[in-house]
Formats: sequence, structure tokens, C-alpha cells
Amino acid sequence: MSELTHLTIAAALDGLAAKKFSARELTEAHLAAMAKHKNLNAYITETPEIALKQADASDQRRAGGKAGALEGIPLGIKDLFCTEGVLTTAGSHILDGFRPTYESTVTRNLFDAGAVMLGKLNLDEFAMGSSNKTSYYGNVINPWKRRGDETDLVPGGSSGGSSAAVAARIAMAATGTDTGGSIRQPAALTGTVGIKPTYGRCSRWGIVAFASSLDQAGPIARSVEDCAIMLGAMSGHDPKDSTSVEMPVPDFRKALTGDIRGLKVGIPKEYRVDGMSQEIDALWARGAEWLKAQGAELREISLPHTKYALPTYYIIAPAEASSNLARYDGVRFGLRVPGNSLDEMYELTRAAGFGKEVKRRIMIGTYVLSAGYYDAYYLQAQRIRALILRDFTDAFKDVDVILTPSTPSAAFGFNENEGDPVQMYLQDVFTVTVNLAGLPGISVPAGLDANGLPLGLQLIGRAFDEETLLRSAQVLERAANFTALPAGV
Amino acid sequence: MNDMTNNKNLIEGRTGMWEMVLGLEVHAQVISKSKLFSGAATAFGAEPNTQVSLVDAAFPGMLPVINEVCIEQAVKTGLGLNAQINLRSVFDRKNYFYADLPAGYQISQYLDPIVGKGTIILDLPGGEHREVGITRLHLEQDAGKSLHDQHPSKTYVDLNRAGVALMEIVSEPDMRSSDEAAAYLKKLRSILRYLGTCDGNMDEGSMRCDVNVSVRKPGDGLGTRCEIKNVNSIRYVAQAIEYEARRQIEILEEGGSIKQETRLWDPGKGVTRSMRSKEHAHDYRYFPDPDLLPLNLDPKWVDGLKAGLPELPDAKRQRFIKEFGLSDYDAGVLVAEKESAAFYEAAAKGRDPKLTANWITSELFGKLNAAGLDITESPVSAAAVGELVGLISDNTISGRIAKDVFAEMFETGKGAAEIVEAKGLKQVLDTGAIDAEIDKVMAANVDKVAEYKAGKDKLLGFFVGQVMKAMGGKANPAMLNERLRAKLSA
Repeated sequence: MSELTHLTIAAALDGLAAKKFSARELTEAHLAAMAKHKNLNAYITETPEIALKQADASDQRRAGGKAGALEGIPLGIKDLFCTEGVLTTAGSHILDGFRPTYESTVTRNLFDAGAVMLGKLNLDEFAMGSSNKTSYYGNVINPWKRRGDETDLVPGGSSGGSSAAVAARIAMAATGTDTGGSIRQPAALTGTVGIKPTYGRCSRWGIVAFASSLDQAGPIARSVEDCAIMLGAMSGHDPKDSTSVEMPVPDFRKALTGDIRGLKVGIPKEYRVDGMSQEIDALWARGAEWLKAQGAELREISLPHTKYALPTYYIIAPAEASSNLARYDGVRFGLRVPGNSLDEMYELTRAAGFGKEVKRRIMIGTYVLSAGYYDAYYLQAQRIRALILRDFTDAFKDVDVILTPSTPSAAFGFNENEGDPVQMYLQDVFTVTVNLAGLPGISVPAGLDANGLPLGLQLIGRAFDEETLLRSAQVLERAANFTALPAGV
Repeated sequence: MNDMTNNKNLIEGRTGMWEMVLGLEVHAQVISKSKLFSGAATAFGAEPNTQVSLVDAAFPGMLPVINEVCIEQAVKTGLGLNAQINLRSVFDRKNYFYADLPAGYQISQYLDPIVGKGTIILDLPGGEHREVGITRLHLEQDAGKSLHDQHPSKTYVDLNRAGVALMEIVSEPDMRSSDEAAAYLKKLRSILRYLGTCDGNMDEGSMRCDVNVSVRKPGDGLGTRCEIKNVNSIRYVAQAIEYEARRQIEILEEGGSIKQETRLWDPGKGVTRSMRSKEHAHDYRYFPDPDLLPLNLDPKWVDGLKAGLPELPDAKRQRFIKEFGLSDYDAGVLVAEKESAAFYEAAAKGRDPKLTANWITSELFGKLNAAGLDITESPVSAAAVGELVGLISDNTISGRIAKDVFAEMFETGKGAAEIVEAKGLKQVLDTGAIDAEIDKVMAANVDKVAEYKAGKDKLLGFFVGQVMKAMGGKANPAMLNERLRAKLSA
């Protein structure tokens, strides 16, 4: 049955509808695969009982003629989404034993559409990282390896469990969240497709917050079409999230017409960064040619404030995080390390509960918000953020989508990029602008590097125009015809 | 600001006269069924932690959603304070750690409050009025309550109050005496109650007050201020101010200087004591709450609220003066509480308005006060007061009899006419009957009649008393006077 785990969601839905296999069989195949790939450490918590129960219920619904958009599809859920009654960790020690009494809106939407939960996926602690190395539950291993080299590589982050699981075929698709690239970068490093929709498209209610003005949920899947199906089920206005947008959710799958004739594709010159490898540059040029070959028109554009995006992001995101993470104080849930006074209890709990990277960002965030520094850092960053958004608004007067590389490199080893956190932050150089501007962005696998590792291309779209974005991405996907598989999968 | 100096308010120290400068920060709990950013209930006095939502307890992934009712209440209050309504305002996070602040930040408004500058008119003892500036009004969440007395070594936390909407109303440093501060609080509370935006109950904590006090020599610039917290009655506000001003004057006269600090009012000892130094105060790291979009108000919606505002105390006072011919003082007393104003208007319907006002402000308020009752608990209804006033006006009873009748009305809740009827207290207006009694009294006091005629006018009172006594007090006083004079002078 192992070929079941290789199906796309679209194909699996067809198979289920044609009664070629049941949701239970599909789920069991995935559970078996999960057992085989435990070494990847993709899941923090596996929920086989819930999965089988949901699969049986799904089979019954289907038999009763009531099939949702994801009826019977086994998914992995990033462990940043609160799931009712199921341990939710955010990859952090500080949420020890935390079992929410509530279900996040996005997972609720997915289950309402018939999805099956295989388990909770590993991630960088509080989604802070680009390698999945900051997780309290240990790092995730990328199923991909360099050709002829057994060195374990990172799956990207923070949705590293999600990308690894989807690439390793131990989830048909997974939820992710993307604050600075946390869906698109791991997707690029694992040969999967990941879309971060427009800010406000998916409800943030019930997702452990990292940086509220940047956080957005989205799927990682193995095709653009699967992403379209997933995104359709995840999206929608939620009165419980004031920043979610009251807009109808389009039928994203219908937008995949394959026709991009006349589409104007922007190539931003500022994304040709110093030290970018020849391979990435060549891939980018190839991607542009593929789109052109399908009738798109290429235009060089300028996004002049791009160089300020990374520092801006690393002020705003930690600032919000420093405040968002104040609630982890040992008083009401999660870890508590007793102390002789309230302050001591806070100190001991937070010292033991948070990892190094989280502490670093809380300190940066606290600093940039403090009296005397607020204007120079936080306020200035907000001004630049507005300029970055304006860059995009201006660019989208002339183009429909923007094509860029997804990451500056392919997957790297665990000890590479070590030592200097800024080196790690550079992983987000192509992706953070999109979060700062609140726009939708998608990473599509576009080829292999010289070592046989996947590389991705990113498309950026207009706010709430995921339809054009997905349509262009599918054309890119078809042209790239990425069929490689990680060894052992 | 020196135009607010009033010599009456100056305090005498050893080195000369001093002036106090006072500003008030009032936290007024918004009347709303649910909290500012969650659906949890706000009722006072519930069992601990029974009115707490996941949002209030700051569970992971929970998000605030603005309660529109609270916005409406804040805007109404702003309009009631003749204040600028800011069509765009921003909610900020005020970050600090405390066990009863679950999120580790309070959602408040910092740079862009919902209401800007306004004014409030104080009604001072002696009938003076003075305007005090309102700096701003902003919305914020209340914190929970730490209970330190439930366990010898542990602190318990009750989150029922966490997230309840408060309006922080900040005055300009425009007040110069504890009387003015008390008048400010009374007037503010009256306006809030008229608007129905805060119940103003200081003993339940739904209106709390911090006082900023500084002193200076008249004409000097502002002195260093201390903020006094935890003053939860108008009486304590006045006491705390008097104590604090004296304390500061003493320090300054000793050659010392005032340290800017937060002080706590200790009502048991009647003193303020240092709480924490402002220099070591928290850095609250305010920044706009990214979970909430800036609040934009539709000017038409604000206009609609303005059009729907009830008549407020100042306007009502003016109308009572104009429409009913009341004195500024009586009108002020009647409009201080919405309920007494309504009581008055109901009682005065079709009656002599000034007479009605007198009866309510003196007799009724006196009795209510003595009985410790509120106007809403009055055993005598507005209609009953009106009825009594009617009986006086149409000469059915005299004012003197009316006092007895009123006392019985207050005791028994019976109507005025019913008591007058049952006790036969109707005034005697029959000159024949009065004359007959006068004749009897004159006959029995021939010597006194002679003295009166010899010029001892004062004896008129004696004759009035005798006749009244004989007639059970029911003679119409004016008629009796007139007939007595005539007969004695005959």
C-alpha cells in the first residue's frame, strides 16, 4: 500500500471517491510510513488513535454521500496550532503538558472539511528559526541528502517538521505558519510547495503567536494544486481574529487554468544579492524563461527598500514576540519552576522553559521597545515597513506577479551556518519582505543543485490575489517538472 | 493657570501662604455586559474565576476582539464631557509582569486615545461654578485581583475583573483645593450616571481615583508632584489631599525637596506613604497592539450618539432655573443625581415648582438622609409629594400642618389627602368659626386684650397660639392673623 503515501491530495480524493481505497487504508499507510521514518523526528506527537477514528468517521461520511473538500486526507499539523485535548508544545519546554481545551480555527476548518490528523509536527521553538534546530524536541532531519554524502541536512524552518513530513511522504500535506519565510524556506529546502497567503486570509485564532502582525498560516504540500485545495479549506473570515479579513474565499483550484498568456512577471533587480550562487542565479533565469515560454511577459522592476527588509524584520518580529511571549510565566499553564517569590518563579520558569534563540529574540525585542530606543528602532522599522509595502504597491501597478529565488542556498548541514545567528537570519532574505508587506508568496520546487538538493523559486502576488499566484505557480511547476525523490522515500 | 488661584484656598504655612495644585486620574468601569475584548461577563460579586474567558486568561493563541458597546460608552462619556472625539484611536500594549495580569501586558491606549480634551464644570459649595479641563479619556483593560489573605504564604488570583473595560479620565492640574477635587469627582460621577456609562460606585471599585498633588507659593511654577493611589471614596480623596499637601509643605519649609513618587493612602491611619519611586518605575514598552487594527469611528455614528445623549446636569440645572424659577442652588441640588431631578420633575408636574423644590430639598432630603435612604428608596413617591404641595397651594392645609402630614406620609407611605381626611386636618377657612374662637379667647383674657390695646403688640403671637391651639392648628394662619388684628384693634 506504500504507493498510497505517494499520491497527491487531488489523486487521493479521486481514489477515495472511486472507492479504490478507504480513508482508513490511506491513514494506515501513512501511519506505517511514519513508523518507518521516525529517525526524521518530524512529529513531536503522533496521534494514530485520533487519525484512525477520524478516518473511520470520514469513510462513514463518504458512504453517506457527504464528502468535504479534504474528506479522508491524512495531514500533519504544525505543533504551533492548538488542538483540542492534544499536547501542543510550540517546540518549547515552557508549554510542558499543555493540552488546549480548544481547537484553532484553521485546524477546525480542516477537520470540518474531512481531514485526518496524523500528529503534531516539529518546529523551531515558537517558530523562531530557519533550520528547525531550536526545537526543544530535537532537530528534524531533512529526508534529502547530498549526492554521495550521508551528512544529515536541515529541513528548513520553522515549519521543518511540516516540510520533512511532506517530502518524506509521511503526511499528504501539512499546515505551516510563516512569519518571515517559515513555510516557503522549508518548502524550498525539501522539494515541496509552500504558500503563505495574504495576511488576514487565514485566522490566527488558536495559533501560538510569534509576531502577530507577520504570522500567517498556510499549507505545505507536494503540488500547487494540493496547496490550492488545502488553502481553500484553511481560509476564511473569523470573527475571533480582528485581523482576519471579511472576504469570500475563492475556489483556488478553479484558478489553476494553466493559462498565463499576457501575465506580467516582475524580476526585482535588488534580489540579486551579493554572494548569491551561480546556481541560484541560473535557476532564477530559467524560471523566468519558463514563464515567458508560456506567454508571460518579463519586466525588470525595482523594490528599492529591499536591503532594509531583514533588519526591519529583526526589529519588528522580536518586538512583538517579546510581548507575545510574556504570558508564558508559569502561572496558568505549562512549565512552572517554583521560586521563593513571584519574580523568582518567573525567572526560574522562563530561564528553564525558553531556549537560547527565543531568549535572544525576547531580549532584542525588549531592547528595541524600551524607553529611549523605541524611536530609533521600533518606530524607524515601522516606517521602513511602510516603504517596503509601497515598493510592492508601486511594482504591482506594472506587474501581476514577482519572481525571485526562495532561498539563497539549498539545504545545509546542522553545523553549517552555526555560530553567527545573522548568517542564519540571511536564510530569510528573499522571504521576509513578503511578510512585512502582508502579501501572498509561494515557493515551488524548480530544480536540483549540483549536489542533488532541491531548490525553489518564489512567486509573490498582489494582496488577496492568491488565484493569479497559484495559477502562475502551477505553470512554473509544470515547466520545472520536478519529479526527484529523496533517497529512501 | 494662576487665574485659578483663589486666596480662599491658600494654606498657611510657617513661611507664608501655599497653594496646592491637584489633578485627578479616575478609572471608571464601563457599564457593559461583557468585557472590553472578550465575551466574559462583568457582573460584580461573582465567585472567583467564574467570569473568565480563555482570552482573559491569556491562553496561547487567544486574540482580543473589541466590544463595540464599550466603544460606544467611551464616546458617549467623551461627548458628555464636551470633549474632542478622536475618530481614529489606537490600542497599545503596556508591558509588565504581574500574576494578575495574565498576558504580561495590559491593552490600553497611549498616544492616540479615543477622547481628547474636554471640560467639566464644578459646582462648588456656596453656589460658585468653575471649569476644569479634561486632558483625555482612554479605554483600557482592568487587571485581575491578587488575593493575599486566603493563605498564609500563597497568593491567589481572581481573574473575574481581568479584561473589564475601564475609562481612564485624566484631568488637567486645574484644581486648587480638596473641595474642588471633591466637587470634580461628584460632578464627574453625576455625568457618568446620567449617561449610564459607569455606575460610579466607589465602594465596589467601579470608580477609582488617583490624585496628583503638588504645592507651590502662589505665582510660582508647578512643584514636584506625588501621585496618591487607592483613594476610594470622595471623603478620603479630600482627606488624602489635605494630608499630602501639609506633608509636602512641611518638607519644603524644612528646606527639603519633594521626591516624585507614588504614594498609597492609608485610610486607617489617615496618612499617605511611599509606594515606589517613579525613577525605578517600570519601562512599560508601549507599542501598538498588533492583534487589533486602529479603531476608526464613523463621524455619522458619533453624531447619532450625540443626538441621543440624555439631558446632562448642567443643561438640566439651567432649564430648572429658567423653566421653574428655581434658585441656582436648589436647581443644583436637585440635578446632582439623575434620580432626584426626575423625582422633582414628576412631583412638580402641575404644582407650584418652587414650593415643590423646597419640600424636596429640605423636608424629603432631610428625612431620607436621617433614614439613610436613597431617593430611589423614598417611601414617599413623587406623586405623593406633588399631592401634598397641591393641598398647601389650594389652602386645604397650612404649611405647619403639612409638616406633620409629611412626617406621617414618610412613616406610613399613605397619601397626603388620605391623612388630612382621616385626621380632619383640613384648614378652617370659615371666618365665622375663626371669629367665634377669637371671641372666646379674648373673653378669657381680658387683661391681655387691654395690654395689647395699650401698645403691647407682641401679644399678637400669644393670641394666635391660643386660637390655633383651640382649633387644633387648623385655622388658616393668614386669615387668623387678619381677623385677630381686626378684632383686637376694634
